[in-house]
Formats: sequence, C-alpha cells, structure tokens
Amino acid sequence: MPANGAPTKITQGSQTRGGIGESTLRPDGTLKVTGEFAYSSDMWHEDMLWGQILRSTVAHAEIVSIDTSEALALPGVYAVMTYDDLPTEVKNYGLEIQDTPVLAHGKVRHHGEPVAIVAADHPETARRAAAKIKVDYRELPVVTDEASATAPDAILVHEHRDDHHAGHVPHPNIVHRQPIIRGDVAEARRRADVIVEGEYTFGMQDQAFLGPESGLAVPEEDGGVHLYIATQWLHSDLRQMAPVLGLPEDKVRMTLAGVGGAFGGREDLSMQIHACLLALRTGKPVKIVYNRFESFFGHVHRHPAKLRYEHGATRDGKLTHMKCRIVLDGGAYASASPAVVGNAASLSAGPYVIDDVDIEAVALYTNNPPCGAMRGFGAVQACFAYEAQMDRLAKELGMDPVEFRQLNAMEQGTVMPTGQPVDSPAPVAELLRRVKAMPMPPERQWESSEGADVRQLPGGLSNTTHGEGVVRGVGYAVGIKNVGFSEGFDDYSTAKVRMEVVGGEPVATVHTAMAEVGQGGVTVHAQIARTELGVAQVTIHPADTQVGSAGSTSASRQTYVTGGAVRYACELVRERVLEIGRRRFGSYHPAWATAELLLEGGKVVTDGGEVLADLADVLEDRVVEVEEEWRHRPTEPFDLRTGQGNGHVQYSFAAHRAVVEVDTELGLVKVVELACAQDVGKALNPLSVIGQIQGGTTQGLGVAVMEEIVVDPKTAKVRNPSFTDYLIPTILDTPTIPVDVLELADEHAPYGLRGIGEAPTLSSTPAVLAAIRNATGLELNRTPVRPEHLTGT
Amino acid sequence: MRVNFTVNGRPQEADDVWEGESLLYVLRERLGLPGSKNACEQGECGSCTVRLDGVPVCSCLVAAGQAEGRDVVTVEGLADYARQRSCGTGARGGTSLDEARGWQAGRADSQTGEGTGLSPVQQAFIDAGAVQCGFCTPGLLVAADEMLERNPNPSDADIREALSGNLCRCTGYEKIMDAVRLAAARQSEGV
Repeated sequence: MPANGAPTKITQGSQTRGGIGESTLRPDGTLKVTGEFAYSSDMWHEDMLWGQILRSTVAHAEIVSIDTSEALALPGVYAVMTYDDLPTEVKNYGLEIQDTPVLAHGKVRHHGEPVAIVAADHPETARRAAAKIKVDYRELPVVTDEASATAPDAILVHEHRDDHHAGHVPHPNIVHRQPIIRGDVAEARRRADVIVEGEYTFGMQDQAFLGPESGLAVPEEDGGVHLYIATQWLHSDLRQMAPVLGLPEDKVRMTLAGVGGAFGGREDLSMQIHACLLALRTGKPVKIVYNRFESFFGHVHRHPAKLRYEHGATRDGKLTHMKCRIVLDGGAYASASPAVVGNAASLSAGPYVIDDVDIEAVALYTNNPPCGAMRGFGAVQACFAYEAQMDRLAKELGMDPVEFRQLNAMEQGTVMPTGQPVDSPAPVAELLRRVKAMPMPPERQWESSEGADVRQLPGGLSNTTHGEGVVRGVGYAVGIKNVGFSEGFDDYSTAKVRMEVVGGEPVATVHTAMAEVGQGGVTVHAQIARTELGVAQVTIHPADTQVGSAGSTSASRQTYVTGGAVRYACELVRERVLEIGRRRFGSYHPAWATAELLLEGGKVVTDGGEVLADLADVLEDRVVEVEEEWRHRPTEPFDLRTGQGNGHVQYSFAAHRAVVEVDTELGLVKVVELACAQDVGKALNPLSVIGQIQGGTTQGLGVAVMEEIVVDPKTAKVRNPSFTDYLIPTILDTPTIPVDVLELADEHAPYGLRGIGEAPTLSSTPAVLAAIRNATGLELNRTPVRPEHLTGT
Repeated sequence: MRVNFTVNGRPQEADDVWEGESLLYVLRERLGLPGSKNACEQGECGSCTVRLDGVPVCSCLVAAGQAEGRDVVTVEGLADYARQRSCGTGARGGTSLDEARGWQAGRADSQTGEGTGLSPVQQAFIDAGAVQCGFCTPGLLVAADEMLERNPNPSDADIREALSGNLCRCTGYEKIMDAVRLAAARQSEGV
C-alpha cells in the first residue's frame, strides 16, 4: 500500500508559451494554497508507528550506562534502540568526514546529541517512553572557543582523527585551516596612508525553516525500506544511510516529500537513519516529526565567527592590502565546516581589488552545537566584517562610503585572492550606483492625520515611542558569493526528459532528483522544457532516487546545474525528435535537411518560421526519453599552503541600502526600508527571482537585529531553542524591499544565468548594521545588535 | 474520549482521543486534514491557524476537547467558506484595483490553468508569488481571509498587524503583502 501523501506528478498546462524569462506561476501553487500539498510531516500510513529520539541533556560526557527496560515495558512501545542495536559495523555518517554517530557511543559531544530512539503507537507514548530511558552521564570539561579548544591541555573533541584534514591542521580541535597568501602584504602596507583594524563577532544563526524535520519510513517486502523525506539532496542522504542500515543502495528507496524550507539546514541527515532503523526493526512504517524544540537540536546552524581584519588605503582612497583571520566555530561534528572554511577564506576580501592579502580561516571542533551549511555559507560572516571595515576606511579618509567602495570595486577581469580571474560580469560599482539611486522612503513615515502609527515605529505595537528619541540612519553594503560546489568537487546533475503524445497533444515529462524546497526549481524546469521542446504541457515527475543525482539544493546552484541538465536532456530529446521527423518526412520538404529546425507551439518549424510538421504527427505513438548527466566547468582545490587555485565556478553580486530608525533611549531598531540591487545574469522567472532576493534579504535582516542561538559558555547548553526565544522577523519587523534586477549574461552559464539565492543574504546584514551605526554613531562590532548594545546598559 | 465538532461545514467525530491531544493533532492525524501546519506547536508561528466559531486561533494551543460542539474552518474549507460568504453579502466597497497593480507589471497569465475553485485570497497568493515553500501559507490564508472579512479596505499597516502572528521564512513578506492587497482589490471590484 502506498503511503498516504506520496507525491504525484504535477502537470502544468499553458495556453501561452510559458518559457524562460516569463513569470509563470508555480505548478504546486494550487496544492499549496488548498492545504493538499503533502509535506514530509503530513505523510501517513495505516498501522504506522511514531518515532522519538532521546537526546543528551549535557554537552560533553561519558555515558556510563543506559537502561531502557522501563521504556520497553510501557504499553504501546514497539522498539527501543541504542548504539548496541545498530545493525552493521558502520555506525557514523557525515557529509565530508564520517565523524557523526548515528546514536551516541560511550560519549556525547554536544547538547542534544541523539542517544536512543523509540517507536510507539502514539507520539505521546513514544515521548513518555523516551523519558523513561535512564542515561547515566559522567560529565567532561567543555571546550567552547578558540582559546579553550587549542589550549595546551585542551580536551580533544575527537581523540582519534584520521580524516583527510587531520594531517595538515595545527591542532586536533581544528577541523580545517585554509590560508591564502597573495602579493607582498608587508611591502604594500608601507604604501598605506591609513590603516584600519577591527575585530568582529557574528552570532549563531538558525535556518529556522518552518517545516520541521520529518519523514515516513516504510519497510518493503524485499527487506529494504522506502523513505519519504524532506531533504536538500536525496542521493547524498542515500550514500550516508545505506551503509549504516546494512542495505545496498538499491534497497533504500528515497522519495522527496514536501519540503517546508531548507536554507542549508537539511544538508545533513536528521531523522532519516533513525526512522529507517525503527521501521526495519519493527516491520512497520515509522513516522518521525520533530517539534520546534527538537528542530533547534536536530540540524546544524550557521557558524558563529570571530573575525579580525586589517585594511590599508592610500590617501586617494585605493586599498593597499588586507590581512584577516576568520575563526569559525564548527561545534562538535564536522558537517560542512571544511567547505565553509574554503568559502570564508576565498571570499574574505569581498568584491574589491586588493592585490596583496594575507588570509587565514579555520573551523574549530568544540562542544557547542554543530554548525554547517546555511544560506551564504562562510561568505556571510566575512561580508559583515569587511563591509564594516569599508565604512571605517571611508570615514578615516573623509570619503563617501559608496564612492569609496566604487573606487575599489572589482570588475570583470579582476583577480581574486586565490589567483582566479573573475571571467564574467562583476557589476559591483553599478549595483551600488543603482541601489543608491533608488528613491528614499519619506521621513517620519509613521506620522498620520491621527497621530503616530506605532506599528511603523521602533517597538511597534509595544507602543514605546511616538517618535521621541527616534533617529534615522542609512547604510550601504555589497557582497560576493560563489555559485555551485567549489574546490574541485565533481558537481553534476542528472535529468530525465521524456516526450510523447497524450490525448493528441505533445507532452514533456521532466524527472530529476532535485529537492524542491520552495525555491521554484519545478517552475523553472517546466519553463525550460517549454522553451526547448515547444510544448504547452509539461509534467513534473516527483523527485526520487529512481533517477540519477541532481546534487544539492544548495550553493545557489540548482537552476544553474539541474536547470542546465534539464536543458541538455531537452536538447538531446529535440535532436531525436527531429531525427524521427527527418526520417519520416524528410523527403516531403527540403528544409528538413537544410534549415535550422526548432520545436515551437507543438510543431517543428524552421528558423524562418515555416511549419514543417505537428509534433503529434512526428511522434505518433513513439516515446523519446533521455537521461543524461550535465556538469559545469571544473574547478580546482585551493592549495593548502597558499590558497591559490581556480576554486569557484561563478560569482554572484548583490548590494543593499538600509534605512533604519532607532529609538536611542530604548535601543530598539525599526528597519524602514531595505533596498537591493542584484545582477542575476538572466532572470528565468522574474517573479521567483524577486521572491528569492526579498527572502534572502530578510534572513540577513534577522541576523542583524534579532536572530541568535544563545549557548551558555560555561556548559555549552543551548538556552533558547524555541520561537519564543529565538526570534525571526515577522511581517511587522520586515520593511518594504524594493528590488532592482540587473541581467548581465554570464557566457559560461546556461541562458547566461547567475545563481541568485544566497547573495542577498550577505550584504543585507552589514547594510543594516551600517545604518544603525550611521544613526547612533556607535561602533557596533557584533551582530545581531541587541538593545543593550545601543543604550550601553 | 470522543470529540464531536463541525469541520468545514461537516459534522466530524474522533474516537480514542487522548485528553492531551491538540485540535491540530486531531485535524491532522485523525481526520485526514493535514492542511493546518505544525511548524512550532507552541503558538508562536501561526502555521496552524484555523477559525474556531469564526475566531482565528492557533489550533496547536486548543485542546481537542475544547472544540466539542463547535465550528472549525481550516484551509481545506476556505474556498467553500468564502463562496458562502460572498453569496450572503455580495460585493463589498473598498480600494481601487490600481492600488494593487504594482505587482502586475509585465506578468503573464496564470500558467496553472487551474484555480477556479479557489477563494480570492488563495488565488491572490498564487498570482502574486506569495507561495514559496508554502508551509506558512495555510495559516496566512486563514488569517488574511478573516482580516479581509473584517476590514475589506486595509492599509498596509493593518495588513502587517493582522498577519504579525504568522511567520514566513521564505518570502520576506513582500509578496504576501502584494497578495493581500490584490485580494482586497479584487474583492472590492467584485472580480
């Protein structure tokens, strides 16, 4: 029996072309507004059990004993599993380094680490059973920052490292270190008329996707299991799961269930293995749904960071050199830390021309919560710091901060600190010009004929001011983000495209394993198929592992890479269709042999517009199907000593202007407007592009003024794992976000497009900080800004 | 225990309900209505918003027993609910369509070929691009529909206030604002 809520094909018809460049609407939109779209937490199966995870209550401890007997005795409990119940010798997993235990073995390394799992017939029974498991912990000292982690007598988070970074790091509690050396900083420093040094702190941000980690594992008759899951990359999950389950990959079927947002937080596994273990143990379908409390422990966060920067500039405003050291806290397990280090280092100079640099980025192992991927991926923390430096340099030089940035802005041809030339448009100065040229929001916009509208003032409905003590500030920032997986990773995607005649109409079916997490990849795939195959009807097949990998919905890469794969597969389908046409009808018209042929409006036409045949007549009952992989151009690893290498595929740029109003007496901030200008190469779907830019901008706003996971430095325990205490922007906190989209084609990318999802998350935060500094005159070297930072209390 | 209440106009009975179960759990897991969402289950995010005797509530904070004998409207019943309301009251006065036209520039027609059975606010969310991952959408739709019922001509600040209990992580809320303005304009024009 299929699981209730299993995804079905979505067919999107069209009277118009609906190809690329149009704001076609989401094929899943109707299902999502009627409540019928099945998310992973909506899955249901007859006789299903509910799984529950027991997590550690302390950050670092030896496990002396685990007693599950009372839990097992509870009526309604079907299984309780600990490390001892794992079926194979493979008991760890991980994205790059397999250092993460499926269930704790003898030791826990962070607060909230999974220790045992339970399956029961009701979620409350499962929760109560988990609470009856007795775990005896013997607490160990914690390491929580660079000083404690690299002290001579520091306790090692992982005692027996044998991963591929272990040999080159200066300390076993450093996951990875990436220096980048270029030019001669000592010599360049002598040319500097002003030197600005700064130390910056970036708080721990949570992805806070709304759909909780969840899924349904259904045991199959062949001894395998079928998992319906919300993830960012089905095949990466599969690769990590199968060895732990002791199953060949073809006995672990994966289908993407509806995904309620991701933002990097679903790159790592969460409940996937646990649900499958319980399903295989009990022989029954098992559903696991985290609540929000557990979700805060169930996925990695954005690395908190300490950043130290030095910049120099000549009196006429040219940057001379940059030195920086970026320390990222990776927490207890590696997750994506090595790649985040590579990004932070290689993008640490920002979108500026700086020939002489001395850069170092490291990620630590600590007993803090594990950190990994989040939208912006290492570039966010750096942008916060280098943009603060740019404002301070401009101030030292008595220059306008935008003009100073424009004077030093990179352009096409600029060489990155890694030695890689930027070989596509890099309109940094132009984006700044555009965002500055947008009209300013009116002063005192809260005033109305009926007095002050507190909803538009700092403090909002708390009614803390009617304008008294409120000061306006304006700030600018610009950033650079890489697109796609870097450093030599074989970053490919697969698409299967089928064309056939259904009910007299040609229909294309697009089947990929791409995780649609809300970004609109399914919309774009249908647009690409319409453009390339000239059909009105496109069916989007559910994403699963019955087709090759699509890579991750990460790194702003899916439209580029899986979009590229869909286009490539469509081109091959088109060639085969035209071959059939030439074979069958070529003798009737010479254009079959001589002209450039296109598929348009359900017909084969010449590039001159002459119709040669209906697709329905060409195909009749034939089915043309192609499954192919597609790769972007290769990248290289960064040299471990010098950081040199053509490590990135493409760069993406956005600029922001923030306008804020600050209640200086209470330290409350209202962001009045957050304007963005971004180069997107080619907007395949303008409506979705603007939605991505506005959403990314708002996540940047969040970490500027409210979002931070607070970890107790003494115990390494998380203090605010709820939406009561971890605040994300509401509609009242979020301003209008005017967007200016620039389209300068990148000749290396499909349709000239540029990955867009992350760049707006970079510059948003420093722009808001710059505006608050502008309003208050305070230095503000950490984000998020809290009221006490503004009032000095 | 057994709970009897009306959901989207239909009498419903749920058996073997544990006393601690929320209305949200009963809707999702016992009545096959998973449209109301479970993003936080602690009354902070609004994704589980339903109407209880007409009043928008977080169904995660309502004990199932509290719904006994009462009327519940969920996102699954929103289109019917809106249809009945418009039959009862007819078109409303309100804002001009021009006020909501900003979003329309250059937009092609709907590619879905669907949507005829949707309420105005549902259709507006699709048309304005207010849906990305969609997990917040059901709660926002119920809240927005209720606000437009009370206040057919809302200012931007009114919309923001009415929807301030509904978190969205994808959109930055701009297209949600566009959608509600559009629904209000269409409602007032009787479109």
